[in-house]
Amino acid sequence: MIRFLLNNTLQAVCNIDPNTTVLNYLRNTLRSTKKRTGTKEGCASGDCGACTVVLVEVKNDQLIYSSINSCLTLLPTLNGKQLIAVEDLKHGDQLHPVQQAMVDHHGSQCGFCTPGIVMSLFAYQKNHNSNLLHENNTLKSHIDKKSTVQPFNPAKALESLAGNLCRCTGYQPIINAAKEISKNQQLDQFDLQQQQTIATLKSIQPGQCDTLSYNTPSTNKKSAVKNAYSPTQLSQLDRLLQQHPKAHLLAGGTDLVLDITQKQISFDTLIYLGEIEELQRINLSENTIEIGATTPLSQCHPVLCDEYPDLGQLLERFASLQIRNQGTLGGNIANASPIGDAPPALIVAGASLQLRHAGAVRSMPLEAFFIDYRKTHLVAGEYIEKIIIPRKPAGSIYQVYKLSKRLDDDISAVCGAFHIQLKNGQVTEASIAFGGMAAIPKRASYCEQALLNQPWNKASIETAMNALDQDFTPLSDFRASAEYRSQAARNLLLKCWIESQPNSLPTRVTDYV
Amino acid sequence: MSNHIKSNHTEAVNNTSQVELERQFKQDLKTGVGKKIPHESATRHVSGEALYVDDHLEYPNQLHLYARLSEQAHATISKIDTAPCYQIPGVSCVITAKDIPGNLDIGAVFPGDPLLADGVVEYLGQPILAVAASSLDIAREAANAAIIEYTPLTAVLDVKQALDNKQFIQDSHQHTRGDASKALNDAAHHLQGELHIGGQEHFYLETQVSSVMPTEDGGMLVHCSTQNPTEIQKLVASVLGLPMNKVIIDIRRMGGGFGGKETQAAGPACMAAVVANITRQPVKMRLPRIDDMLATGKRHPFYIAYDVGFDDTGRIQGIDIQLAGNCGYSPDLSGSIIDRAMFHADNAYYLGNALITGHRCKTNLASNTAFRGFGGPQGMVAIENVMDHIARHLGKDPLDVRKRNFYGKTERNITHYHQTVEDNFLDEITSDLEQSASYSERRKAIILFNQSSQILKKGIALTPVKFGISFTATFLNQAGALIHIYTDGSIHLNHGGTEMGQGLNTKVAQIVAEEFQVDLERIQITAANTDKVPNTSPTAASSGADLNGKAAQAAAHTLKQRLIDFTAEHFDVDVSEVKFNNNLIQAGEQFISFNDLVQLAYFAQVSLSSTGFYKTPKIFYDRDTASGHPFYYFAYGAACSEVVIDTLTGEYKVLRSDILHDVGASLNPAIDIGQVEGGFIQGMGWLTTEELVWNEQGKLTTNSPASYKIPAIADTPLDFRVKLIENRKNPEDTVFHSKAVGEPPFMLGISVWSAIKDAVSSLSDYRIHPQIDAPATPEKVLMGVEALRKQMTAEQSP
Repeated sequence: MIRFLLNNTLQAVCNIDPNTTVLNYLRNTLRSTKKRTGTKEGCASGDCGACTVVLVEVKNDQLIYSSINSCLTLLPTLNGKQLIAVEDLKHGDQLHPVQQAMVDHHGSQCGFCTPGIVMSLFAYQKNHNSNLLHENNTLKSHIDKKSTVQPFNPAKALESLAGNLCRCTGYQPIINAAKEISKNQQLDQFDLQQQQTIATLKSIQPGQCDTLSYNTPSTNKKSAVKNAYSPTQLSQLDRLLQQHPKAHLLAGGTDLVLDITQKQISFDTLIYLGEIEELQRINLSENTIEIGATTPLSQCHPVLCDEYPDLGQLLERFASLQIRNQGTLGGNIANASPIGDAPPALIVAGASLQLRHAGAVRSMPLEAFFIDYRKTHLVAGEYIEKIIIPRKPAGSIYQVYKLSKRLDDDISAVCGAFHIQLKNGQVTEASIAFGGMAAIPKRASYCEQALLNQPWNKASIETAMNALDQDFTPLSDFRASAEYRSQAARNLLLKCWIESQPNSLPTRVTDYV
Repeated sequence: MSNHIKSNHTEAVNNTSQVELERQFKQDLKTGVGKKIPHESATRHVSGEALYVDDHLEYPNQLHLYARLSEQAHATISKIDTAPCYQIPGVSCVITAKDIPGNLDIGAVFPGDPLLADGVVEYLGQPILAVAASSLDIAREAANAAIIEYTPLTAVLDVKQALDNKQFIQDSHQHTRGDASKALNDAAHHLQGELHIGGQEHFYLETQVSSVMPTEDGGMLVHCSTQNPTEIQKLVASVLGLPMNKVIIDIRRMGGGFGGKETQAAGPACMAAVVANITRQPVKMRLPRIDDMLATGKRHPFYIAYDVGFDDTGRIQGIDIQLAGNCGYSPDLSGSIIDRAMFHADNAYYLGNALITGHRCKTNLASNTAFRGFGGPQGMVAIENVMDHIARHLGKDPLDVRKRNFYGKTERNITHYHQTVEDNFLDEITSDLEQSASYSERRKAIILFNQSSQILKKGIALTPVKFGISFTATFLNQAGALIHIYTDGSIHLNHGGTEMGQGLNTKVAQIVAEEFQVDLERIQITAANTDKVPNTSPTAASSGADLNGKAAQAAAHTLKQRLIDFTAEHFDVDVSEVKFNNNLIQAGEQFISFNDLVQLAYFAQVSLSSTGFYKTPKIFYDRDTASGHPFYYFAYGAACSEVVIDTLTGEYKVLRSDILHDVGASLNPAIDIGQVEGGFIQGMGWLTTEELVWNEQGKLTTNSPASYKIPAIADTPLDFRVKLIENRKNPEDTVFHSKAVGEPPFMLGISVWSAIKDAVSSLSDYRIHPQIDAPATPEKVLMGVEALRKQMTAEQSP
């Protein structure tokens, strides 16, 4: 059984297929009792945001609000959390301030994307307020500080909404609504019930290893029982993996759930990793940053952004905020996609992985982890425990570039990462890796060799650009042609060099915000 | 509803003093025509209470339908075995072409679209069979279990190849004026070029969906997300072999349409109806996103070839444009769409001696269909490309060349299809925008920036829009409406248009509110429904408010006249002394509320229900002479966009867009601005990131939002300034002298494409016109940059 709050109503769920997405739960499972059709299905693949809902968790006695795609979230993920859907925002007959702002600014036309946009704006409002809320937990001080309204931060508003497609409005009225929300911060029913919600959520915190079991109807010839386990400790996870060697690990689920929604696969055994606190720790030491494998990407951002600003920028263009709130750094690596965004950037930072298998651990440089297209060195029952990233050496040049058709919420055609160290104008270390150029995220060793011990000047760069042709023979697909990939990869090295020189003018289109 | 309306007739007259009523009478109505009223469903949109077809309550015996789509682009079907489908528990029935009781073909105007493939498949994604089951998952699993075997046939996917093969779905058509070939020979300058323009997926957020309930008389009640209820009614009746009076179509709202639900909604509606007919159970069919993208038609990709002659000033002397549209496998609406591309191959320009040819190429793709602009955008992109090409050739600012070619007001004002361009204010609109957007100052600043910026280059373009309003199929220019006034004074309004987000219901309600001089909340618009307003035209061609607004106005007029006649008689005054204002009626010296009057009229046995009808005047087109007056009027607009591109990666960003757009006297400026902004962004998306890619087997590989990229929020220009032209009524007798607004702003997006080319051209000091096909993806931009650099190197070496 799993327990969660559907707005303010406690739901104790058992005998529901753990392969059920939150979207289907709201729209179909609940239908006979209390249907929730406000949340819309636009794509069922996490790319349009129409199904956005908000998950609320308690951390350090604070409520943390995260927008997520309900189409990519499985029911076990809800355990111990509060789920807020669009129907919950209206208070009596009163629209919520974010809803009212959308009406006042003509932010809806056909209205189909609107519930998702409202929910993203709601999470934006909550998080925009969050500094105030976090500073002091009491409502009184919140009210006292209400006058210190934060200025509208367009970048943050756009970031919150990058995963919400609207085909009608052209977005301008939605941006205006976001502006309005920032101007007029008001307490809502969720703020007023904050203490009660925290208390309730604490009272339903997950047990040692909650299980959602489902007996499929006997007429179905497939497996009769489907189980999702939610261990809270690594030792339990290790035991479960030994008992269920074929179990699928569910972390953020932003890729795994596509198998359910797009390929109609139904998993017999799922092990949900999101309740294992040990897998979500971030440790900063003098030499390294250690990130637990199931840390959501959005939580990796602050620490990585401080250390490797370009990696931070990359993370901001990594899918959408909804995905980053769910998707994990470990998942992005274990997925082993040739176009996963994190691996090239982490490889050149010198990252390594700590892998765990039946309680035993081993380490491996990230660049050695990938064998071939979607194949890694993970053996059955083994998983990534943490990612270890060296602190950035002082003065090194670290640049990452993501090229995609659309700047936001798109997948790389090419991702180029460069980490260069110089001494007296000579290249002493060169680490260069690309995504989208081979079957795996791969280092450009010929290119690196061409640069090593050479002066960091245009002539060396031109030689190294040519060396890239030896490193890669990219493919053509709908994202880009082989010609574009090759040309762009060469140009990115040139760009890296130009950007390392003093520049008075912007060098990236993303500099314009 | 206010207490005002509920008030009882017997006490009302005396309750409020005549002085007070007179005071109220003299105030303006707050919610009539021209006011910025929010969308009628806005509060329900944001609360999640607005219901779409898939949100309706389901009956316990509801079936879900899933279609198996062809895996081949062109093949004969050698075997269909549906037995494995029935092995899956929960399956109710499977239908193939042979199970259709009536007409298999659901072609909208011309035949060619079998509801389910009949022996042969003509595109990858064509429905072959459909499975009904207790859930969508089961239906899908069962459909995939069917065994289908194919014998492949040769597939043609490319429009150029179809053109070379002369593989057409209909005959080519030409517009001719003067002697283009002589003019081309005589002209001082001569350029040729070609251009590929990509198609576009509608990407309405709500996929195609229909829910069908069998009725006791053997008919069907169909809730269908469609822009074209009457067409669905006709086709559902036709596939079932029923008269149309047995079929009712009902649509409260769509989650977006954009033309994609004009003909393409028919398939799911008809399949669901066939199964409902067999099972006598309610049936729903909602396409998963990928299936929707594979199975339904899109905007037509075009191949364009041009040959243009011009003088030293850049003025066109003669032009020959070949427009080849990729129609896909069947006619659908392609004839009219290619016609509209031809009608708009001039955009805002007098073409001199012109020969415009439109080809309707047949390929093995989904049948391409209506999409906002309906072929017009492709014709306009072609001529805008010619303008840029001429400017680079002569070393002139493209805006100067554009202005030089604008239609004149009294001369050079006849189109190549021989309609006179009236109410032309291209010069004024352009000059206003040039000023307000500081075009020439920014042009200078950009040149300076580009000289010092190594990687990034900026570009700017100001492009005009002239768009013809009316259906090209003349008979479609008609509409009906139905108004009831109930005895409590509340008003029920229906019209033939459908609400897809464009605010049509809001506008039509405002029109009726204005006519009756009553507040908007008194007026309830319900779902478009074929048994309320029959024989409707599709809500398309930007015509929704023009046609249905006029029809509703006519119905309101009829009722109002009855009320005026009654008032004059009842209060014994002359009809000229009866006036409606702000929820009140003046009868000579007396004032009476609208509700009280309605009650009096009811007791006096006055009919309080009326239909209204409208047809557009003046329009005709003679296909034999390729001439006529196909458009009632033109809508105008102009956009100025500035972009920055990265010459090392091809990435770009729109820094600023200024828009000035003509909607005549706006019915609702808030809604109109919404249409202009949304249209611009959608047009920009078509020409920038929205790339449709088919593989060699004819499979659309960009078949989900993961791979097909419509603009996201950060693609909105950083600085976006949109204005409607004020104080300029439509001189034609349109509804409150407004102008249509649905499609024209879409073509404002061309300014972004042109600005990108301007930025690339800066690398050659604006001497070379970069060949950048649409959509200008980062890849195409980078390849354009590289090609231009190679050309410059080649020119420098002797």
